[in-house]
Amino acid sequence: MAKPASNISRQLSNFGGWIDERIPVSSFWKAHISEYYAPKNFNFFYFFGSLAMLVLVLQIVTGIFLTMHYKPNAAEAFASVEYIMRDVEWGWLIRYMHSTGASFFFVVVYLHMFRGLMYGSYKSPRELVWVLGVFIYLVLMAEAFMGYVLPWGQMSYWGAQVIISLFGAIPVVGDALVEWIRGDFFVSDATLNRFFALHVIAVPLALLLLVVLHLAALHEVGSNNPDGIDVKKKKDSQGRPLDAVPFHPYYTVKDIFGVGVFLTLFAFVIFYAPEFGGLFLEPDNFNPADPLVTPQHIVPVWYFTPYYAILRAVPDKLAGVIMMGLAIMVLFLLPWLDRSKVRSIRYKGLGSKILLAVFAITFIRLGMLGMGEGTHAQTIESRIWTFAYFAFFILMPFVTKYEKTRPEPERVTK
Amino acid sequence: MIRLAFSIALLTASSLAWSAGGGEDLEQAGSNVHDLASVQRGAAMFMNYCHSCHSAQYMRYQRLARDLELTEEQVDEYLVFGNREITDYMKASMPEESGQWFGKKPPDLTLTSRSRGEDWIYSFLKGFYMTEEGWNNTILANASMPNVLWELQGIQRPVMETYTDENGEEHTRISDLEIDQEGLMTSAEYDQALRDLVAFMTYLGEPAVLKRESMGIWVLLFLTLFTFLSWLLYKEYWRDVKK
Repeated sequence: MAKPASNISRQLSNFGGWIDERIPVSSFWKAHISEYYAPKNFNFFYFFGSLAMLVLVLQIVTGIFLTMHYKPNAAEAFASVEYIMRDVEWGWLIRYMHSTGASFFFVVVYLHMFRGLMYGSYKSPRELVWVLGVFIYLVLMAEAFMGYVLPWGQMSYWGAQVIISLFGAIPVVGDALVEWIRGDFFVSDATLNRFFALHVIAVPLALLLLVVLHLAALHEVGSNNPDGIDVKKKKDSQGRPLDAVPFHPYYTVKDIFGVGVFLTLFAFVIFYAPEFGGLFLEPDNFNPADPLVTPQHIVPVWYFTPYYAILRAVPDKLAGVIMMGLAIMVLFLLPWLDRSKVRSIRYKGLGSKILLAVFAITFIRLGMLGMGEGTHAQTIESRIWTFAYFAFFILMPFVTKYEKTRPEPERVTK
Repeated sequence: MIRLAFSIALLTASSLAWSAGGGEDLEQAGSNVHDLASVQRGAAMFMNYCHSCHSAQYMRYQRLARDLELTEEQVDEYLVFGNREITDYMKASMPEESGQWFGKKPPDLTLTSRSRGEDWIYSFLKGFYMTEEGWNNTILANASMPNVLWELQGIQRPVMETYTDENGEEHTRISDLEIDQEGLMTSAEYDQALRDLVAFMTYLGEPAVLKRESMGIWVLLFLTLFTFLSWLLYKEYWRDVKK
């Protein structure tokens, strides 16, 4: 009985060898999975990279099924979403997975970015990992914005109207640019059609390419860790880093556990709170788009509201648009603004700790203010927090250069 | 971990603060979409009082009949008569004429429970009152819709009060509504009838709600078990990693 089995295994391994001589499957697997060494002291915040990949896949798969039934046509779009919710088998589940997935994508990405801020993951030699990540964030915002337009409800329509009109603030070319983006003199069927094309093919392709580059850059320099120290310095006799473990199986099993926790929370929202109190699916978006009726107050979905608050905090439209743009663009500069000797917040001084804590509160508070109706008091408060937002980046070079840091450990802790 | 707990607390607080805001003085409907009898009564009421003018154009009669477990007789009596087919979308019987009567086309009601909310519908239908100029409503001032349920509710008249605003000027406003002419139902019966109607409209806004909430628990149980097993696997693999 043993003979045929060994025959089969020999044949399989021959086949594997045949493949490997023609395409580098096993060396790729080794380099990026089974012999990619990751520091062993990853904590809670290190789940969000793999979770972001999971959500990306979920969005693509559910998105494919949605496109099978959705009609990118101003006359039919809204009804086709309700058709998916009612008449398509499991359509409601697929749609809720996609709409909830959009919000969870940003939850995960924000926590992932916060992790980078805490442990200095953007610092040398990981500058490009961070820069590519910010590009992913930018492209993700474009993807989410255009996706939100597709159900063609009141908020879809008027949200698109407001956001696209921001480009009109640009001097000289503004108006022509707005017309070019819309493909019409107002947000219309033409706009919906192109947003559909961009949302389902162009932007996802860009997103996938950027994710590949993000990972390629990461795997070139290796992962950072909560202590912010270089685990490649201390190696055993066989040249394996002492404080790191192979990604597979150690981090694959750990990430599967993270996936379990994530999916449980995700499923809870899908099955019991898909609208999430109006945060994930806004009430007004259950009214079909009507170019003649402007909603009482137009606010973007929660993940854009910090920037929306900054936009509204500035009295001048062009200046507001510039400030909002700067608020995002300044993220690119982060690797060069941090001049600390250490990476992790654990060994940075009190100044950096205060800066980061205030920044986290600022971001959340701006997000809350961006959801408001834009009253005078809210605008005044938004100005204070806008100031705090930029102060984080402006103060960082000075604080990180002059503050007293604690010595980093030789080996990872805990 | 402390910072994490802190940020989660902030996030929660922010979402609570958000959902608490923006409420007009609405009465809680307190309807239950999982109470089949209530939804069925609400459906009958919707068919009798709303559907002749208001469409529910994203919903098919067939789906309604199936989800509400209606008998064939009920389907014939309430849903499919005239030249309607069971597979038709729920278009109002006479939308064109009614559009002319009230100056504007009665809105589609499929998604009203999602765009306005249950409490709004409930309060709106309780908020009709009669003045010399005709029907008006406390929730939607100068609504073009008359109180089609007046036979059930009776006719309410406003009780006015005067108040002084912050500039010291006196104004009058409606403090309460009182029944001037009795209807077929007592006030408690009418409230219950509205609760039924709202329960039906909640179902109408999202037919998947019935399946979603009943199957969700099994999905969560499965995922909890999966998470537990994956945690055991993780602990097993990591036993040999020196901390």
